[in-house]
Amino acid sequence: MDGKLIVSSSPHISSPVKTKNIMLDVIIALIPALIASVYFFGPRALALVVVTVIACVVSEYISRKVMKRPQTIGDLSAVVTGMLLAFNYPATLPFWIAALGGVVAIVVVKQMFGGLGHNFANPAITARVILLTSFALRMTTWVAPHAWQGTVDATSTATPLALINSGATDELPTYAQMLIGERAGCLGETCIIGLLIGGIYLVAKKVISPIIPVCYIATVFVLSAVLGQDPVMQILSGGLFLGAIFMATDYVTSPITNKGKVIYAIGCGIITVLIRQFASLPEGVSYSILLMNILTPHIENATTPKTFGVGKEAK
Amino acid sequence: MAKNSNGLLCKLGIVKSPGAPVPHRKHTKDCATVDMPAPAKVTMVMQQHIGAPCAPTVKVGDEVFVGTVIGDSTAPFSAPIHSSVSGKVVKIDSILMQNGSKAQTVIIESDGQQTVDPSIKAPVINSDADLIKAVHDSGLVGLGGAGFPTHIKISPKPEVKAAIDHLLINAAECEPYLTPDVRQILEDSENVVEGMKLVAKLLDVKYAVIGIEDNKPEAIKLMTELLAQVKIDGITFKVETLPSRYPQGAEKVLIDQCTGRQVPPGKLPSDVGCVVMNVTSVAVLANYVKTGMPLTTKRLTVDGAGVSKPMNVRVPIGTSIKDVIEFCGGYKGAPAKVISGGPMMGMAMASDEFPILKQNNGILVFDKEEADLSATTDCIRCGRCVNACPMNLMPTKLEAYTNLGRTDELQKLNIMNCMECGCCAFVCPANRRLVQSIRLGKGLVRNASN
Repeated sequence: MDGKLIVSSSPHISSPVKTKNIMLDVIIALIPALIASVYFFGPRALALVVVTVIACVVSEYISRKVMKRPQTIGDLSAVVTGMLLAFNYPATLPFWIAALGGVVAIVVVKQMFGGLGHNFANPAITARVILLTSFALRMTTWVAPHAWQGTVDATSTATPLALINSGATDELPTYAQMLIGERAGCLGETCIIGLLIGGIYLVAKKVISPIIPVCYIATVFVLSAVLGQDPVMQILSGGLFLGAIFMATDYVTSPITNKGKVIYAIGCGIITVLIRQFASLPEGVSYSILLMNILTPHIENATTPKTFGVGKEAK
Repeated sequence: MAKNSNGLLCKLGIVKSPGAPVPHRKHTKDCATVDMPAPAKVTMVMQQHIGAPCAPTVKVGDEVFVGTVIGDSTAPFSAPIHSSVSGKVVKIDSILMQNGSKAQTVIIESDGQQTVDPSIKAPVINSDADLIKAVHDSGLVGLGGAGFPTHIKISPKPEVKAAIDHLLINAAECEPYLTPDVRQILEDSENVVEGMKLVAKLLDVKYAVIGIEDNKPEAIKLMTELLAQVKIDGITFKVETLPSRYPQGAEKVLIDQCTGRQVPPGKLPSDVGCVVMNVTSVAVLANYVKTGMPLTTKRLTVDGAGVSKPMNVRVPIGTSIKDVIEFCGGYKGAPAKVISGGPMMGMAMASDEFPILKQNNGILVFDKEEADLSATTDCIRCGRCVNACPMNLMPTKLEAYTNLGRTDELQKLNIMNCMECGCCAFVCPANRRLVQSIRLGKGLVRNASN
């Protein structure tokens, strides 16, 4: 034998599941909803997603370059952020605002805090909230599904939650239409079935635990029913499924303990319902997740698991 | 670790599923053990156990035989060392151990005859004390890897002994690649059963249980048949089938699986009424009682992409890793990493000149590709380490606090309960060296409390 041997502390093997594979799985899981968005809102939906993803990846590349840190665009997390952010846009959003959102998400929310794993708030959600306050009208100009094909009136229309808020419940789409996504709303939020397929894929691939989506949606269902709303319509409306499956489950900004996940998800659900019912905004998913993001470290500290053998002394 | 760690709720990710899905890679499980002839030279290390090192009892020029005592200590917490070859002592030297300490060595040139020491005969055992002395004289230590002197383990204080009701035999063999324990059962089940009977009677337990992972069905079947024939009043002998999920063979995990009892942090198995012994250890014990032949050979799995002929081989203790590899057809390509033990908890060796010790159970040679551990990236807080930790710790936090030198927080998070199984580092998608950092953190805590 010639040459030196590698000496390192054990273990000497590692799992094939890496950050990049996980991000790729999330991208795959977003594809059904992406296809639905193009079906309902036209090629412009795809163009918005592409522009936002490019803005995110370029922002990430330049940020890392400027900060003289190792390049991280290969981990695909910027692509995920771009897709999720674009899923929160209305189909009519100008491309420059879409791109600006990507820059804000990556530069301000993610990289300024140290990059993947260090940001305390979800980049896509925070960027969306910033755009919502900066371009309130443009971020809430909805078009009816299929408007791009010219078969329906292309003028702006209201989302189901706005209809409920204004009391125009007779104009609401049916449950079936809500499930397949045939309603006004953000690009990626309308097709519940597509989002569910993605969610099941992520659970099956063990990328996410179902705790957060299930507890979040269940909380909204129960609370809405208690408050006298139609709970089925409430959970199918707005960005709840998109938020619960893809945004609230963001590793970086949600608790790592199982107990913590339950508390966090219930918190998201309560805040969502409170905003929908009592605030002047029709939708509260983004704000609820953002608020719970901030509480995540505290929830985690309060739910540190008991170590093996503790409490078993008296046996 | 709950018994249903492979249950539906775990599969769905709703309930924690401790342990890691390490690959099994038991390529050699059907390879019958091959005896390696005595090498030209053996290096007998005087510290092959936890406890006081031995001092050489021979000098240069002395003639020794297989089984001749060549190192001993007057300290009770120690185990004698026996020559594994017949021949002549050529040098008393020292060697740098993997943990950085130095140990004395006795180097013996083999005459190739393998003449057994004429004084070796079956010990006369009329009492428990005789049996414990015999075990001491056999040089037996915990062969699973820890090297704890066996005569200490089987002679607890009377008040401790009274509370012990379980003898657990560890045949989980959860480390990837390694198969010497399953070969022990398949090739020499008689001594396994005999050893279990001896220790169970000595410790006066109610249950003698052998734990085997379900990826070794032949061993489970054989032991179930044999133990069904054992009839000793007041002692139940049985096999516990364990799920094939690393680290079933970790002492605390094994106890939990077999008895439902959890050893509290800082406590010993005896505190929950258990004594745990490796399966090969009990077999060696039984063999010594029958023949008086001390521990001079060891069954090893030699495997990995960097070795020509992966196999199970019985080698004289003190043989250099290099000689063992040569016997197994030599290196295949350039070796990148040589591991003594399994890939999860084994030690990477700096040199293949190092000799085989009593507690070794495998040599793995990794080529460049197998040895590659990708660069570390930032923690994405996925929680896989927290989910995997069999001790219910939070490895990612322990790593962060270790880097900050915060021993107060480390203690609050029970860092000393870490058994360094490596599950956290294995599952980390960011390739973070979690258990490695935790080892450092444990050192910081130890220093801080001194």
